[in-house]
Order: sequence, then structure tokens, then C-alpha cells
Amino acid sequence: MTLLQIENLTVRRGACPVVDRVSLTVTEGEFVGLLGPNGAGKTTLLRAALGLLPHEGASNLSAMPPAMRARAAAFLPQGREIAWPIPVADLVALAQGSASAQALALTRMGLDAYRTRAATALSGGEQARVLIARALAQDTPLLLADEPAAGLDPEAQIRCARVFRELAAEGRGVIASLHDLGLAARHCTRLVLMAQGRIVADGLPRDVLSEANLASVFGVRGFHAETDMGPVFQPLDVIR
Amino acid sequence: MNRALFPLMAVLVAGLFIASLLIGPAGLGLGQSLRALFRGEGEAVVLVMRDIRLPRAILGLVVGAALGLCGAAMQGFLRNPLAEPGLIGVSSTAALGAVLALQTGAAAAFTLALPLAALAGAGLSVVLILMLAGPRGGALALILAGIAISALSGAATSLVLNLSPNPFAAMEIVFWMMGSLADRSMVHVWLSVPLMLTGMAILLTTGRGLDALTLGEDAAQSMGLSLRSLRLRIVIGTALAIGAAVSVAGAVGFVGLVVPHLMRPLVGARPSRLLVASALGGAAMLLASDIAVRVIAPDTDLKLGVLTALVGAPFFLHLIWRMRRLEA
Repeated sequence: MTLLQIENLTVRRGACPVVDRVSLTVTEGEFVGLLGPNGAGKTTLLRAALGLLPHEGASNLSAMPPAMRARAAAFLPQGREIAWPIPVADLVALAQGSASAQALALTRMGLDAYRTRAATALSGGEQARVLIARALAQDTPLLLADEPAAGLDPEAQIRCARVFRELAAEGRGVIASLHDLGLAARHCTRLVLMAQGRIVADGLPRDVLSEANLASVFGVRGFHAETDMGPVFQPLDVIR
Repeated sequence: MNRALFPLMAVLVAGLFIASLLIGPAGLGLGQSLRALFRGEGEAVVLVMRDIRLPRAILGLVVGAALGLCGAAMQGFLRNPLAEPGLIGVSSTAALGAVLALQTGAAAAFTLALPLAALAGAGLSVVLILMLAGPRGGALALILAGIAISALSGAATSLVLNLSPNPFAAMEIVFWMMGSLADRSMVHVWLSVPLMLTGMAILLTTGRGLDALTLGEDAAQSMGLSLRSLRLRIVIGTALAIGAAVSVAGAVGFVGLVVPHLMRPLVGARPSRLLVASALGGAAMLLASDIAVRVIAPDTDLKLGVLTALVGAPFFLHLIWRMRRLEA
């Protein structure tokens, strides 16, 4: 079943389109990695898909009334904001998910020992984990995450990617913008590569992360190897 | 959160309300006061209790609750601990309306001219702020629009004082602006209390939205919040409650800023729980201050707003100092 359906989505800043006629679907069982250099339009695409930005074209989520959309999709914004020193468990409960979904979300992000601590007293990476847990606790068929791995330590990055893959295996859908190409290649079921507001490649990780795409979109040359833990990508040099 | 908090606060507020009824320059006995209030025994005492002390105590209770609640709602909506009820310009435009009523002599000609002019001022600020902040405007647009409206009405108020041909009128305006609950009648109560209660009822519906906003506007909207509806309820609720409060009590500062800070640690910082806690805290603080004005200087007309600022500001400094020490 299709969880996210975007057709010909365009978002303009002034006259200039920052997302240009993008069509994209995410179905059950998919963990889609949204890749692209800074300014490619990843964040704008995710926000417009949810209806948080004025846009042209269609998105099934932005057409829904807010309360219905909240049951269809959860969103982890890039800007991480926790305004008040609320205890972690209370913060995760803001998602209005069931008690079991809240408990599972805390466990999945390794936060069981933090339940009663004030969220604002935690480190940046710990706060990021709390916010991921909050989005998980919303217990929706689809999760849109904007740079969920930014600022996380290696263990938390792997944990987060694994949880997203588990969600996909449970029959949910996940779309997450990522900058770690290796993490994306190892965990995502599908990658979408964006540049200058358009989708330039969409498919299996090994096809999307070709040497030609890395050179033309990111302008980098790197090390690529297959290991028994999956593919490894490490950008090493700037081409231009 | 401590479960006993709300009952304890309610008992405190009730106690202060009764104290406010029993304390005053007339020096009446306890039994005498209560018999007059409830049974109407003793002509002069009935007059003091029903026409002087009762409206004063009711206004202390409701104005205080309105200030505390609006402060908590505004801080929650703007996610800024420095926000206070007057931030969106309602208090200053209401004050301008009242000042114009005093200056033109309308206030002297008929009792309700001043509160009605103040309410008109508050209404004007709502129209202005919704126009300036635009339909999709976020917190920042609202703050900036509020600052612009406050600055403009502040300047207009100064202009009225500046051009005032009569020093006594200017004096009256200055005293009124300090804020007071002295010599208010039941007419003031009937005019302002329903409006304040309506405004507060609207604000009490915003709890869930304010909780969600803790995570920022994008996350809150993705959790099903309609930001537009929330903003409208905040602006209209605050305008009704604060406009009506200023129209009868003048500008009483610091309650709306300090009370939410005091109550926040007691409710686990949840904005929804802070609403009721701050309403109770505001009522307690204003009733206590209004009793203090009568006790400290029974012979002079010490203004309520002067006392709340005198006590509130150093207290606020202490809070900042403690916060800095905790963060260091």
C-alpha cells in the first residue's frame, strides 16, 4: 500500500523553485534514504509533503486535515527544539501514542534510564534520541525523518538506522534524509538522490551510489568496498 | 507533579480571598463582617463589606488569575520565558484607551467610560496584531507586531500626557497607570469579570496545543495541531482577559511574568498544567499584594502595581541568579 504519494510537487522561494516537479511514492516495507548535497531541497520536500509549506502539485498527506495526518505520518524535524525542562517520559507522551508504543519507543532508543530526567538537561545527542523516540511513539504507518542521524554517536546512529529498518520490516514506511552514505547504503531498502530540487536517481543503494553519481552530485571521489557487514562508502577527496 | 499542588493552591487562594474581605481601614470584627456580608445586618458595615471590600476581593481574585494564566499561555505559545501578557500590545492599547477617557473628561462624566474605552483599545490591538502578523505568521511575527503596537500606543500615551493642559489630569493619568484595586464598585465587577472569565475559558482550551509546541512549530503541526486556530485562541483569549483586567485595575506589572516562573518547576514544566497552576498562583499573588498595600501603608494610597513591581523585580532577579547557578 502507498503511504506517501507526491506528484509534481513544486515549492518556490520567490520565483526560484527549490523543489522542482518532484514525484515520489513510499510504500509499506520501505526504508527510503533521501540523499543529496546541502541545499538540494530534501528538507523542503519533506516539509511540503506534510503540508507545512505552501506548494504546487499534490501530496496525499498535505491534503489531509491535521488530526488525520497525525495518525498517518510522524515527522522528525531537522531543527531540534525542546523548549521546557519536561521529563523525558512526559515528552515522549506528547505524541499521544499508546502506553505500549511510548514504552517501546523509549526502549528502542536506549532511553529507559532517562525517563525521569529533564529533557533539556541532556546532551545534544541524547536530546536527539529523545526526539526520535517521540516520533516513534506517535506509532504511525509512515515516518518522515529529517537528518535523524545528525549529532548522534556511532552507536546511536546504528541503533537509529536499525530501528528504522525494523519499522520497515514491520510493514511501515520510513523516509529519512541522510548524509552518511555508508549508513544509507547498509540500512536503506531504497535510495533517492536529489540535486538542485530534482530527483536525479532513485533505486537500489548499489545503483544510486555509483561513482558517476557521487562525482556529479556531491563532487567527491571516495573509497568504496563491500564487507560482510554491507557496503562501505568514505568520501576522500573533492573533485572540483 | 505533586498531586496536592492544586488543592493546596486553591486553599491558599480561598484563604487570601477571605483575608482580603476582612482586612481594611474600617477595622471591623470578624463576626460583624460576615453577618453584614451574608445576612445584611448593620447598615454601615453592609456598605463597607458589600460595596467596597467584596468588589475589591473579587477583582483581586479574577484579575490575578487572568494575569497569571495569560502569562503562562503567552510563555508557552512563544516558547520564551521572558514573555508576559502585555507582549502582544493589549495592555498598552487598553491603557491608551483609558488615558484618553481620563484626559477628555469622559471618565469623570460617567463611571463606565474609562473601562469601556480601555476595552475598545484592547479590541483595536487584536485587529492590528492579526493584520500585522499575517495568516501564517509564527511566534516571531507576533512578538515583533506586539512590540510595534506597544511602542506606538506608549508613544501616544506619552503624547497625551505631554499635551495635557491640566496638571491634575496628568497626575490622575499617572496614578491610574500605576494600577490599583482601590475604590472599585460592583459595576466594575459586572463589566469586567464575565469578559475575563470568557478569555480565561478560551485560554484553558489551548493546553494540548501548548504542550505540542514545546517541540517547535513543525513538530507540533505534524502531531495534529492547527497553529492558526491556536494562535487565534491565544490572541483573543489574552485580549479579552488582559483588556478587561487593565480596564478595571490599570497596568499591574510583573504578576504575569513572575508567576509562571514560580509555578513551572512545581508542575514538571508541562505548559498545559502550568495554565491552571499560574491562574491560581496569580490570584494568590495579587490578593496577597492587595492585602499588603492596605497593611503596609493604611493611610497612604500605595498603588498595587507599584508594590507588585517592587516585590516582583528583585524576586525575578533572584530567579535569574538561581537559574544561572544551576546552568553553570
